[in-house]
Amino acid sequence: MKLKTFLTTTALAALMAAPALAQQISVKAGVLNDRSGLYADLSGEGSVIAARMAVEDFKAAEKGIKVEIVSADHQNKPDVGSTIARTWYDQDGVDLILDVPTSSVALAVNQITREKNKIHINSGAASSDLSGKACSPNTIHWTYDTYALAQGTGGAMVKAGGDSWFFMTADYAFGHALERDTSAIVTKNGGKVLGVVRTPFPGTDFSSFLLQAQASKAKVIGLANAGGDTINSIKQAGEFGITAGGQKLAGLLVFLTDVHSLGLATAQGLVLTESFYWDTNDQTRGWSDRFAKANGGKKPTMVQAGVYSGMLHYLKAVEAAKSKDSAVVMAKMKEMPTDDPLFGKGSVRADGRKMHDMYLFEVKKPGESKGPWDYYKQVSVLPAEQAFRPLAESECPLVKK
Amino acid sequence: MADIAATDAPAAARSSGEADKGTLRLHRAIMIGIAIALVIAPFVAYPVFVMKVLCFALFALAFNLLLGYGGLLSFGHAAYFGMASYVCAFTAKNWGLTPELAILLGTAVSGGLGLVFGALAIRRQGIYFAMITLALAQMVFFFSLQTPRFTGGEDGIQAVPRGKLFGLIDLADDRALYWLVAAIFMAGLLAMYRIIHSPFGQVCKAIRDNEPRAISLGYRANQYKLAVFVLSAMLAGLAGSTKAIVFQLASLTDVHWSMSGEVVLMTLVGGLGTVFGPIAGALVIVSMQNYLASLGAWVTVVQGVIFVICVMTFREGIVGVISKWIGKPL
Repeated sequence: MKLKTFLTTTALAALMAAPALAQQISVKAGVLNDRSGLYADLSGEGSVIAARMAVEDFKAAEKGIKVEIVSADHQNKPDVGSTIARTWYDQDGVDLILDVPTSSVALAVNQITREKNKIHINSGAASSDLSGKACSPNTIHWTYDTYALAQGTGGAMVKAGGDSWFFMTADYAFGHALERDTSAIVTKNGGKVLGVVRTPFPGTDFSSFLLQAQASKAKVIGLANAGGDTINSIKQAGEFGITAGGQKLAGLLVFLTDVHSLGLATAQGLVLTESFYWDTNDQTRGWSDRFAKANGGKKPTMVQAGVYSGMLHYLKAVEAAKSKDSAVVMAKMKEMPTDDPLFGKGSVRADGRKMHDMYLFEVKKPGESKGPWDYYKQVSVLPAEQAFRPLAESECPLVKK
Repeated sequence: MADIAATDAPAAARSSGEADKGTLRLHRAIMIGIAIALVIAPFVAYPVFVMKVLCFALFALAFNLLLGYGGLLSFGHAAYFGMASYVCAFTAKNWGLTPELAILLGTAVSGGLGLVFGALAIRRQGIYFAMITLALAQMVFFFSLQTPRFTGGEDGIQAVPRGKLFGLIDLADDRALYWLVAAIFMAGLLAMYRIIHSPFGQVCKAIRDNEPRAISLGYRANQYKLAVFVLSAMLAGLAGSTKAIVFQLASLTDVHWSMSGEVVLMTLVGGLGTVFGPIAGALVIVSMQNYLASLGAWVTVVQGVIFVICVMTFREGIVGVISKWIGKPL
């Protein structure tokens, strides 16, 4: 009899303890990016550090949310990325995947996330299809996209007086898309496109194309390319003295780490668009100092900052929803305004586009730079509504009427 | 002397016949072992991962058929693998073909591609042959890069439906798809085995070992070479198409020259010219890519070190070394 009472009381006690335990939500986040190749510097381990910082700053443990972070290298191969994503979702109980640079891998992860009904917050990929044709109720495209880059560099440059353009376009679909979007914006703002040259992709020798660009007398040379092509063309433009001759180089997809590896002597005068720069205000400086300490002195790129910001917003949504159910959390994330020290106030749109301002920067001359990583001066700010594709033009099936 | 020779010859023939029988029995046992492993695998390991290994193993088998038994080093096998994967993905997504038809179509197209490329390449030998295949494969790569309407450019063809096998069995379930992939792999392996041990395979080996002698014996060497080239391209295509259905995507990675390099690596690590070597090689390389992914930058370093160790210490590959130990061809 006594034993029976004992058993029932323990059972009751266990039952009462259960709701208290349920308060504890444990989430698992996977940071999937390039850790060995072309994009390792701008995402890589830095993005994992950024995600960890978000968990610390949110004080997740005190709020009853247990967060575990895993990471992996997708080697910029869609099949490797998609196997990892599937394993994470199916076997390891991962709830959301962050970062994912390289559009082909991002689109694959986007699709798998939708199938498995999890959450994907993309910071690293450029393709505006992620919130366009390929948009999904499970994906948020956080940091930037090709549309915003074209708007920023194209539109703002024309307004700043760069009204005649010459494009050097990497001859593949991504280069063509960048050129098409940017030249549309240039002409819309009253500028002129004087000429286009298609460069073989991937290329190493850009000298003859640069000479054509120089001879065109265009005020701005638009580099509709990415990665190694961009680095090579900027280096060679420096050797031809193109910026010294008064023409401006506009990089359509250039990151802080690219400028760092090029050096100011080569990259000076280059104009580019980003959504985050570490030296914008006290908050970004403070955060970036902490980040740099953890990341061997390297300042954060916008991609890494985006991972921090996305992770933070996710945790806020989990706290508010008191659940980690994907649909509930996604609804919360779209409903709550975003606010963090790096991107300021913003929102997440119905098509999964995160809205914030973009900035047009010019790379400083070596003499203007006060120290390491002091690379950009701000030319202008592009408000979110102008920077990103308006919903009315969107091809996203989620918002189409 | 003559008497001794006369009495010895049948004995030698008998013992070699017995050895052949022993080898045959061993191979049969290994085949059954592989089949059993395939049945158990999805319950032990993650099915999608096993499917990936199987696709690459089939690809490596195809490559090994050409290099190990035909003696032809093609450095452009990614072309057949990738083109088949594009055709399969494209037809399954845009024409709504059922997966088995899409896979067959992909295989057929890569067979056709193999026929054209092979006919050009077999006119030269050695390094020239390898370079021609590489050049042709690069043409396929740039074709894929420049035709975004067909291949989706660098984004690839995404969200390929897995569809229903014969319009009946829903392949969205990983387990169901696994059985299909396992069956395709097993069929490919058996076909390969049959080809190697057929009279046709024997002639190929003879040409590999000494082409002028084979020609002087009256064999049309070029026809045999072309045939084995096409067979290899078709098997590679089968692997590529299956991969497109498994991962629901086809991308530039599949046609890139580094994919051609990867398959050479798999075959060498596993054991060139052995029946089962490429399977072991694919398992090792794909596992490394997968399980070392969290090591980040170290993946490629580790891969390189393993390759160097492999070349320095056991050049016959994993299965090649085992085969040496037991003294039987594997």
